[in-house]
Parts: sequence; structure tokens; C-alpha cells
Amino acid sequence: MCQTPRVATNNFRSLVDSPARGDASASDSEPKADEPKGLGPAGWLRWAWRSLTTMRTALVLLLLLALAAVPGSLVPQEGRQPAQAADFRERNPDLAPVLDRLGFFDVYASPWFAAVYLLLFVSLAGCIVPRTRQYVRTLRSRPPAAPSRLDRLPQHAVWTACCDRGEVLLTAADLLRRRRFRVDVDMEGDGSVSGEKGYLREAGNLVFHTALFGLLIALAVGSLFGTTGQKLVLEGDSFTNTVTQYDDFTPGTLASADSLKPFGFQLKGFSATYQRGGPQRGTASSFVARLNYTEREGGRARDARVEVNKPLEVDGSKVFLVGHGYAPVVTVRDGKGEVAWQGPAAFLPQDSNLTSVGVIKAPDALDRKGKRDGLGFSGLFLPTVQLTSNGWQSSFPATDDPVLVLTAHHGDLGMDSGQPQNVYQLDSTRMTQFREADGSPFAQALRPGDRMKLPGGAGSLTFDGIKQWASFQIARNPSNATALWSSVAMGLGLCASLFVRRRRVWVRVEPMQSGRVRIAVAGLDPGGTERTAEEVAELADELRERFPAPRTATPDVNAPAPLHQEQK
Amino acid sequence: MSGTSLADQNLAQLANWLMYSAIAVYLLAFVAACAEWAFGSRGPGIRTSAASPAKQQTPVARTGGRTRSAAVDGATGSSTQVLAPPATASPEPAQALGGDGTGAAGDSPKADLVGRIAVSLTVLALLLHSGSVLARGLAVSRPPWGNMYEFSTAFALMASAAYVGLLAARKPVRWLGVPVLFSVLLTLGLAVSVLYVDSAQLVPALHSYWLWIHVSAAIISGGVFHTAAVVSILYLVRDRWERAVAAGHGQGRGAGLWRRLPSSRTLDKLAYRLTGLVFPLWTFAVIAGAVWAEAAWGRYWGWDPKETWAFITWVAYAAYLHARATAGWKGRRAAVLGLVAFATFVFNYYGVNILITGLHSYGGLPTN
Ligand code: HEM
Repeated sequence: MCQTPRVATNNFRSLVDSPARGDASASDSEPKADEPKGLGPAGWLRWAWRSLTTMRTALVLLLLLALAAVPGSLVPQEGRQPAQAADFRERNPDLAPVLDRLGFFDVYASPWFAAVYLLLFVSLAGCIVPRTRQYVRTLRSRPPAAPSRLDRLPQHAVWTACCDRGEVLLTAADLLRRRRFRVDVDMEGDGSVSGEKGYLREAGNLVFHTALFGLLIALAVGSLFGTTGQKLVLEGDSFTNTVTQYDDFTPGTLASADSLKPFGFQLKGFSATYQRGGPQRGTASSFVARLNYTEREGGRARDARVEVNKPLEVDGSKVFLVGHGYAPVVTVRDGKGEVAWQGPAAFLPQDSNLTSVGVIKAPDALDRKGKRDGLGFSGLFLPTVQLTSNGWQSSFPATDDPVLVLTAHHGDLGMDSGQPQNVYQLDSTRMTQFREADGSPFAQALRPGDRMKLPGGAGSLTFDGIKQWASFQIARNPSNATALWSSVAMGLGLCASLFVRRRRVWVRVEPMQSGRVRIAVAGLDPGGTERTAEEVAELADELRERFPAPRTATPDVNAPAPLHQEQK
Repeated sequence: MSGTSLADQNLAQLANWLMYSAIAVYLLAFVAACAEWAFGSRGPGIRTSAASPAKQQTPVARTGGRTRSAAVDGATGSSTQVLAPPATASPEPAQALGGDGTGAAGDSPKADLVGRIAVSLTVLALLLHSGSVLARGLAVSRPPWGNMYEFSTAFALMASAAYVGLLAARKPVRWLGVPVLFSVLLTLGLAVSVLYVDSAQLVPALHSYWLWIHVSAAIISGGVFHTAAVVSILYLVRDRWERAVAAGHGQGRGAGLWRRLPSSRTLDKLAYRLTGLVFPLWTFAVIAGAVWAEAAWGRYWGWDPKETWAFITWVAYAAYLHARATAGWKGRRAAVLGLVAFATFVFNYYGVNILITGLHSYGGLPTN
């Protein structure tokens, strides 16, 4: 019911008019957009616009929107879970190209999803604007005059009394005003009082629907100007907020690199605690990263704790703790006995017990003769080692019994090729694996302090200790406040729209021949709530107390005697 | 950190015993509620008749006098009321089938007694059930809705509380007992048999006061949406029957049951009221979830499956509310939409937790 003049009145009108005029079916049906009758392009346009802005279209579009959101939850989404999406593609080689063409791997950015919500919002705009105009007009105008026959309304009371007509009308108006109705008294023609209340309902509806635009804008601004990035930081290491420092950086379409605020932090330490017993043994109970941060270069350094759900907020950006893991600290010596590489190497967790995989690269190692022959190690880090039939595994996420299991390669690590390399993988295409005398791959399990000597005196690796790392998501979304305030407005508008009752009350006083007057009180509430019935009854009671019916009044139009009913 | 002390384990044990007791009492209540229908007279059933305006039961007359009602049997929460309809209430156009049925007991006092017993048992079961949820919460020192078992029991609690709440508000809804108790029993049965996990601490992602806010709002909404869905189903049944009768197909075999239900109009309105009542709360639950997501992951909306289905549920209920205001969609189509919306709510819980993995996978079910 979004066509302008019908909006505010339709519900009331169908109730007021239908019993009297018997045109319930006509006023009850959706105002059909007039079919274009050879009106040319302008007529067609008008027709399309009218169709688009009907409530029925809004309803259908809402259903379409719900439907359109479904596939994105069933098919892994490229942006959110790239690994699962790739896996899904592999497992469904026939289906994947079709889904790809339909945009099912990126539903919420697909043109058809956009089409649905944009149409919905166009429809919404076409709805809000005329409704607002209509609402303002309603506020400016007087409450509508009483319908011709009040006793046809569902809630009414009629009685005769002997008193002055004007006095009854003024008293009625006064009673209504005290109940905070907007009141209009018509002393001249009809001799009636009209009151209306609950204008906040429509206001709430308009605020709610307008706030939806606020949300849409917030979402758009967020995806255009927001930035997010991830960074893995080792204990003791630092991070400064520039694009080059990120492991992974996703700026919004229109975000510029200078929108990054110049803050920085050092990860002083990370600690995690895990449940030691019970059915959820090994489940984490807390993660805490201790940071020391500065708002800008050279600024004062401050300490902060970052936990899951408790980000650090610096200058409009937020630093979230999103992951953690271990970094074995090793020293690699080459064939000459020189230190070829030293430090912690971050290993990436593979399961909830933090069985982690990683690599250690010493590209500049020399062999015994002094020739360059890079060394590369790859393997597992197990915080609490357990050897099962499936091989090496970790049985608990804390470092109760840490073991590093490594194999080794030598040759060209390919790090000078200029091509970007994954720091967590070993490109062994131009390398050869060290082997035991029997030809099986050379591998060794090391506990902290252990040393691994490579065959043929090619070098060694010592496992010096363990550090932890934490990974952070650093996000800046300039539209968070807009989104929040739109939601608040939406919630308030919705409550007003659903809980405020809009209702009208009329009192008519007709002179009768005997010098008496016939008083009729009636109310109308399109929601048909009981409260309105009670309200009308209370008003009638109060009015009747002041202008009672004389004893001789005909009983049938008076208050019925209290009636007792048993009800199940 | 060793999670569970002895006292906590005892509390957890107590929670389990209370849960089994609650299920047993719900079962008895369910049997009693069925018995009320079975023993209830098939009698005249329809209260409204043009011949006796004094007995007219228009919706207005029925609850309009609520404020003046007296003599309510509070102990059983029974809805027997002495009502004085407001002076202004005028009879609605009398339709043969437009009136409300007499309820499950019909005019039989014996069945009425059984019905009251069913309500008393439901209240008792609700108390045991609340005790169980409370004990579980105390055992783990956190809101007891951290995994699917806990969420299911809390949801069933709200479903049953919504029903008892309506009775306590003197709404004549005893006829809701059978279907509500049925789904409460189903949910609890599923919870204790399939979804059960021992009490345990939460993963850090759930350490947040937003858990209280967001999940409580979602569970309460769920309980009321559930009631609305049950009413919608009954509406569809009753409406079909009314249409069949109006079309001259006779009253049919189920008439003894259907005629005792409230009129389709009353049912439709009740379903709408309940939905309209909690829709803002559900909206709030979704927004609170977004605020929490922002605090936990740095984005308030990321189309995670759980978020996506919360959105779908929200849009579906918005569509239902629109349908109610759109001619041609009122009534049956709107009711079906309401049921679809509830189905999406249920799917968001069971379907998404079990079938789809996302950031919200904290159901606590063993994974294979
Ligand atoms: C973005 C999509 C939309 C959403 C999420 C939405 C949501 C809602 C909700 C939840 C309500 C119920 C609250 C109330 O009764 O006031 C409502 C009511 C309403 N909406 Fe929308 N709406 C949307 C779009 C539209 C559009 C496009 C139109 C116009 C064609 C429209 C017209 C109305 C009207 C007239 C009502 C009042 C119904 C009544 O009188 O009960 N809405 N909307």
C-alpha cells in the first residue's frame, strides 16, 4: 500500500467505509498499478515505477533477497574462505565452472545479488518519499471528521442525555486532550469531536525504513574506504603500520595508502592457557598478547593487552588478535661451520593441538669446499609429541613435550629468482634431499638443545628454544559509527512502528426532538487491538458519568448489564 | 587451568538429573494435555451464535474486559475467567464458524480438570527445566549456552516459558499445550541424546559479555517465534476446516478437534502479535551479533554462514510483516511465510552448526 494517498488512510478507510458502503472488496484489494494503455514510453515508465513501489513488489523483493543470500552460505566463498573454495572446485570439477559463471563463489558481490538489493532500495525510496510527504500533510491537517454512522464502528457507545450540546462537545474535547489526543472540535456543522493519537507509529515506520539506507551507505563506505590487513608477529618483534609491513593487505576500492595511521607496536609476549582435563581437554581458555605501542613515530610508548574479543584501538584503527602459534628458534651452520641462519621460524598450526608445519631456509650456506649450496629444512613442530600410527602428531597445544621433526634439502632455494616466494614452503625443484646410507630420506626428531648433523658434513642445525608468535588483524572502517547509529535508529523506529497504536476517537452529539441529545462515542484502530476498545470504553464511561442517561432512556442503547462468562 | 572442581561436577550432575526429571514431567504433562483433547466433549464447540448475543465471544469482548476480570485460578495458571465485556463492545457480524472454539476440554468439566492438571505439570516441568539450566550455568560459571546442547535446552526453556507466560497473562491458550509440549519434548530429547556434551569452559572467542546479550536475545526470540509458528500451523488447519465447512463439505472427521480451536481470525492475529512482539528483539539480537563480531574479528558483517542465516531469518520475518499489511497476502500466504521464516531460524541453529563450518562453529559436537 505504498501509493501516496492510500498509504496512511487505507487501513482506516477500509474499516470505516466498508460496513457502511459495502465496498470492502474494493478498498481491501491492493491498489493495482494502472496497466499502461498505449501511453508510450512515459506511460510505461510511470507504470514500471508504480509497480516497483507497491508493497507487493517490496514483499517479493524481500523474499528474493532472502533466497539470494542462501547459496553464499552453502558454497564456500572466494573472499572469505579461499582454501575451501579451491577445495570445492577440485571436488566438483563439473559443477564449478557453472557455479563460477553464476557468481556463486562470490555471491555477495555478484551482480544479481546487487540487482535484488538495489531494486529493493529503489522501491524503498519510492516508498519513503511519498509516505513522508503524506505524513507531513497528515500532521498539518486536522484529525479526520467523524464518519457518518458511528454506531457502525466496531467499538462504540451510544446513549441519550439531557444536557447542552456544546458543553458535551467541549467536555469530550477536554477529556481527549487530557489523554494527549490531537483534537478537532466541529461545533458548527456536525457537532462532533475528532481525536487522533499515535502519530509516532508512522514516524517510526519512516525512521526505520530510512535507517535501512543509513546501513546500506555504511556498508558501501566500509567496503570502499575501509582497510584490513594481517600480520604475523614473533615475540619480541615489532610492526609499523605501513603497507609493506603487512603479510596480507586488503584495502577498500577507494582507500589510499596514506589512510593508514602511523602507529606501531612491539609484541612483548604471548601466552595461552588450555583446559587440562574434561571432555574439552586442549580447548583454549585464554589468549593474551602483551603489546607496547606508540601512536606515532617517536610518540610515548604504552603497554596494552590484546585478547580475543578485546582489540586495541589506536587512532581509529583496531588491532585484533586472530591467531597464534610456535616458532622454533634454531641455528643453522653450513659445511664451513659458519652460522648460515639463526633465529625463530614461524610454524603454522594445522590442528587444534597445534601440530605445526614450517620451513627453515639458509640460502647462502656454503658446502665444505666453500661453494654456495643452500640448505632448506622442512618438517613439523609438535608442542606435545605423540607418535601414532598416522605418524608424528601433537596431543596437546601447550609445549609439554616439544619436538621438532625435520628433513633437509640442499641446492638452490630459488630465492634469487626474483619471483615472490611463500616463506612457509620450500621450493625443492632445484634441490636434492639428504638421504641416509640406505637411501631413505634423512630425518631427525629434535628436542630443545638437540643438534642435527647433516650427512657428509654438509652442516648442522641446533634447536635452541621456542618462541611464540601471534597474528593480528588490523582494521580500519570509517563507517562503523554510521552503521551503529543507523542500527539504533532502526531499532527505535521499529519499536515505535510496531508498538505504538494509531487510533481515532470520535464523539458526536446530535440534538433530539425532546430537547435531549444523543451522544455517540466511537473509536477505530486498524490494528484492532483490545486496548483501543478499552480506551473507548473508558472515555465513554467518563463522559457518561458527567452526562448520564436519564432513567427513562431506552435500555437497549445503554450500557449492558455486567455480564459473566465462563471461558476456557 | 584445571577446569572442573568437584563442586562444579556435582552441580553439573544435578543439572543432568533435573533435566531428566523435567523431561519426565513434560511427558506427563503432554499425556494429560492429549487426554484433555480426547476426553473433552465434542459438544457444541462454537460459542458464537447469532441467537445468543449474550454469549458472544468476539475477540474484543473476550479480552477487552481483562482489566476487570476476577476469580482467576492462579495456582494452576488456568484461564478460567469471569469477564465483563466493555460496555461499548458490539457484537461482530455473527458467522457460524467465525467464533472461537471452547478449547480442548469443550464443555466437559472432567476434561477441564485434566487440562488444568496438564498446565500444573507443565509449570512444574518448567521449574525443573529452569533449575537444570541454572545449575548448568553455575557449574560452568558462565551463561549456559556455549554449545548446542546448552542452546537447545535454553531454547526449549524459552518455548515452554512463552507458553506458560501467555497463560499467566490470562490469555486463553491452553489449546496450545499439545503442540508446544510436543516440540519441547522433541528438542529436549534431541538435546540429551544426540547433542549432549559434558559441561566445559568456553573457547576464548566466546569470552564476552556479548554472549549474554546476543544469545539471550536470540533464544528468547526463538521461544516466541516458536509459539507463533505453532499458532500459524493451527491457523492453517483451522482455516482449511472453516473453508471446507463454508464450502458445504460438511464438518469432516476432524471436526471434533478443529471446532474446539479458536477461530482462524483469532489464531492469525495471535501469530501476528507474537511475531510483531519479538521481531524488534530479534533485530536487536542480530545487531548485537554484528557489534560482537566487530569486537572479535574487526568486521561487523562478513557473510559468515551463521550471519547469513540470521539475515535470511530477519528478512523472512520482515517479509511476513509486509505480507500481513499487503492485501492478497494476508491470511494463508502470510502464515506460510511465517512458517518459512521460523524454518530458517531453526536451520540457522541445527543446519548451520552441523552442516556448514564457519567462524561460529562452536557447537561442541565431535567432529570426524
Ligand atoms: C529493505 C527492505 C525492507 C525491509 C527490511 C523492511 C522491513 C519492514 C518491517 C520489519 C516492517 C514491519 C514494521 C512495521 O509494521 O512498521 C515494515 C513495514 C512496512 N514496510 Fe517495509 N521493509 C523494506 C522495504 C519496504 C519497501 C520497499 C516498502 C514500500 C514499497 C515498504 C513498506 C512498508 C510499509 C508500508 C510498512 C507498514 C506495514 C504496516 O502498515 O503494518 N517496506 N517493513
